[in-house]
Amino acid sequence: MSSIDAGFACLIAAFVAFAYGAAASIWGGRNADRRWVDSARRGVYAAAILLTLCVVVLEAAFLRSDFSVALVADHSSTTTPTLYKMTALWGSQGGSILLWAWVLSIASSGVLFATRHKHREVVPWATAVLCGLGIFFTGLMLLAGGANPFDRLSPVPAEGLGLNPLLRHPAMAIHPPMLYSGYVLFSIPFAFAIGALVARRLDTSWIRSTRRFGLLAWIFLSVGILLGAGWSYVELGWGGYWGWDPVENASLMPWLVGTAFLHSIMVQERRGMLKVWNVSLICVTFALSLLGTFLVRSGILQSIHAFGESTVGTPLLVLIALVLAGSTALIISRLGDLRAERRVESMASREAVFLVNNVLLIGLAFIIFYGTFFPLIAEAVTGERSTLAAPWFDRYVTPLAILVVLFTGIGPLLAWRQISAGRALRLFGPPVAFAAVVLVALIAFTDSASEPGALIMFTFAAFALAGLLGEFVRGATAQNALTGDGWALSLGRVVVRNRRRYGGYTVHVGIILAFVSIAASSSFQNTDDVRMLPGDSTTVGDYELTYVRPEAYRDFDEDRLTFGSVVEVRRDGELVETLTPSRNYYSSSSTGTVRSFFEGEATSEVGRSGGAAEDFWTAMRPDLTEPAIENFIATADRRIDEATIPEVLPDPETPGGAEAMRGIAEARSEFQGLAITNLEERFENGEIPVDFRINVNPLVIWIWVGGAIGVIGGLIAAWPTASAKRRRVSDVYAARLAKDLGRA
Amino acid sequence: MDPDRKRKIRLVVALSVAVLLATALVWTSFNASTEAKSPSELLAATPAGAVDAYGKVVTEETLPDGSREFVIADPEDTSQTVPVEYEGQVPDPFREGRDVIVTGLMVDGTLVAEKDSLITKCPSKFSDEAEDDPNIVIDESL
Amino acid sequence: MEVALIALFVIAAVALFVSIPLRPGAESSKRIEDPEGAELEARKESKYREIRDAELDREQGKLSQADWARADAELRREAIEILREIDALEERK
Repeated sequence: MSSIDAGFACLIAAFVAFAYGAAASIWGGRNADRRWVDSARRGVYAAAILLTLCVVVLEAAFLRSDFSVALVADHSSTTTPTLYKMTALWGSQGGSILLWAWVLSIASSGVLFATRHKHREVVPWATAVLCGLGIFFTGLMLLAGGANPFDRLSPVPAEGLGLNPLLRHPAMAIHPPMLYSGYVLFSIPFAFAIGALVARRLDTSWIRSTRRFGLLAWIFLSVGILLGAGWSYVELGWGGYWGWDPVENASLMPWLVGTAFLHSIMVQERRGMLKVWNVSLICVTFALSLLGTFLVRSGILQSIHAFGESTVGTPLLVLIALVLAGSTALIISRLGDLRAERRVESMASREAVFLVNNVLLIGLAFIIFYGTFFPLIAEAVTGERSTLAAPWFDRYVTPLAILVVLFTGIGPLLAWRQISAGRALRLFGPPVAFAAVVLVALIAFTDSASEPGALIMFTFAAFALAGLLGEFVRGATAQNALTGDGWALSLGRVVVRNRRRYGGYTVHVGIILAFVSIAASSSFQNTDDVRMLPGDSTTVGDYELTYVRPEAYRDFDEDRLTFGSVVEVRRDGELVETLTPSRNYYSSSSTGTVRSFFEGEATSEVGRSGGAAEDFWTAMRPDLTEPAIENFIATADRRIDEATIPEVLPDPETPGGAEAMRGIAEARSEFQGLAITNLEERFENGEIPVDFRINVNPLVIWIWVGGAIGVIGGLIAAWPTASAKRRRVSDVYAARLAKDLGRA
Repeated sequence: MDPDRKRKIRLVVALSVAVLLATALVWTSFNASTEAKSPSELLAATPAGAVDAYGKVVTEETLPDGSREFVIADPEDTSQTVPVEYEGQVPDPFREGRDVIVTGLMVDGTLVAEKDSLITKCPSKFSDEAEDDPNIVIDESL
Repeated sequence: MEVALIALFVIAAVALFVSIPLRPGAESSKRIEDPEGAELEARKESKYREIRDAELDREQGKLSQADWARADAELRREAIEILREIDALEERK
């Protein structure tokens, strides 16, 4: 018995556990028999333990390079660094589905444990939904072809294929689990929404128990998106962070609708409104999360990430259709129970702004959805597949994004129900004045006026940031008046005492910074493509780039050839920084030819010199198709073949033949090495021209700084109040009210 | 005006605006889009405007001025090929044998590409490499 | 088939684990909350949050003292109603 067999057995048992959980919870729900619901919950716990064992078994196989496991052979090798051996698990179809199922089981166990004494009527159905999803994903691994992480290989290869070099980056290593955790965690509020709909318990209790899971989902999704964009910016020789590619859009859509959901539930918690909105938003968010998982593996849309057809595409699509159809039917049948307890009283209230916010975010998600699926829509309508490129997305997303920034500033300045008349001037006056000053300054001192969209974005952002600053100041001042502790301490105290509000404000600050930098870096970018030989210089924006000298070296451990460069970046004649952009070539095979080096994977090492104000970015690409070089490679390969391959190939089956084949391979390897060394010398002599792409991106670093601030804000908002403290607060009020009661 | 009526009016206005915007969106999308065409389709009938040509790179070479000339073959029928003249940014994964999408106009049987419009697909993360190797047998039995 | 045998063994262990609540005499979750009580608790907490938010809004200068006093009184009235309902539920049990 091997551990792999044990792991596979655990996967089967997990499937059975989920199946049991679904049946038992439905039975317990219909017959109001608590024992079966408890039993079903234990089934989920069991599945979580079993799936954890599956993950452990596979990670162990990766760590000991057990190439009898197909997953390990395809995505790892003995030379792969340990970190990437462990993260290679989710680089495959089977591994990533296992990750989905595993996170689902852990999160489900968590929420079911936390609610084991609560929501008597809702929990059975929520459990059933979560188990149903568990059945689907474990079932995919067991039944869909090519998705079983425990598939074995026979005969066992001696070496694995290794990880795609493009993925050997820390950001790419954790990007998938971050995204998947985001997607999966949205299933928790979704399951409880369905449970609440089925059980007709549509007060806020389902929201209160799952709010934190929704917030965590949002945080993970944000981190995943930021990592993907960051990796693209620093690793790919393109210098962009977002291309409106279908796979990128697939993660952004649930993020947008999830954001709307998190805001909208606040309204239901306080004012009992937007109930239909909330159940609809979470169902759409979850459907989009599934869609995100689906798009990456379906092959239905042309994308630079399109990973081709796979066998799990159709079942996922069926699940999405089921989720949408089922939720819609349920919501419509429960419309009576979803009637709002109150109406929006004033347009100048927080509830009204949140409603507008819902609409804006849904609008954005819709535009992106439409643009992403347009090829299919066009094919259905005209018979021709057409695509919409990035400019179309930019054109329609920008105005809505600008409005979103405006409302992230307006919302915090309003109160629930309405603010007092006359307060509006005091609250809105300073931020509006500040924004006006910023607008004038930008027009006068910069060329922002050349990009009206960006200019409006900056102005609205200034308004919003000033408003948020005012909120922090007012809150700290009021706290200070209470305790007289000093400004910094008061600020800390008011944030901690009102984590949801101030955490939310922090998220807004982060989002605004990110939007401003997106506007700046896309509207005011300077870019150029230049071919240079050593000694050449070029100017881009305020910078001068000099190609000082080429460098070439080989890394035999990683089987990699690097053609690099030393470049000097100057500004106003002063040396800013010396960068070393380079290009890595990974040999595609062991055929011993020179060309094989350049037919495998190639990655770019980007040279970056960045500051708060702008980023200088450059990538290089040697041109090996120069006729002289092309000739050299072709001739070298021909000579290697002539020198090493005999008239009659020895028979590898015979022991003498196998020895001879090994000898040939070694000889070829040696000649290949000599030829490569020659190429390196030629490169270092400056015989090979290099194409440099140079970008000067203003404010781009603030995308990630803003993103990090947003994530921190989310964590602040999610931070649990110690229940003792909560009870104390309630008791204080209860005491006061009891006094009133006594008097009433 | 009683609050209910006000609400209804607000709802009607909001919905009308939404419908109007959606219509504008749909209308402009068909004009803004470029059709995706395979080499076979391009050879069969020259399209009027810009198209997204897709196919597998068969041969490629770089000219002295840095621009590229390459030939793409129809994935379904590799005998159908179209030459492409391209200037601009070339993605890292670009090489012979890779699938690409490039936007441009057909001029005298050659696709003259728009600058920087070349997209090269990442090699498939989810194809089972072991499956392609006939020497290896995947053991799926229990 | 090794995997099948191991799987059967594991499934048996899982069956043992999930059947614990089903055994006769099992301590059923008597502490389970009653949904109506839970709903009232949720409404009470929401109302308290509204009261706190109103106070915070006044501190931040969005509500005048007069407006706040009016809103606070109304919210407190509503909270008392909920507390009364909770008491009534307690008595009924």
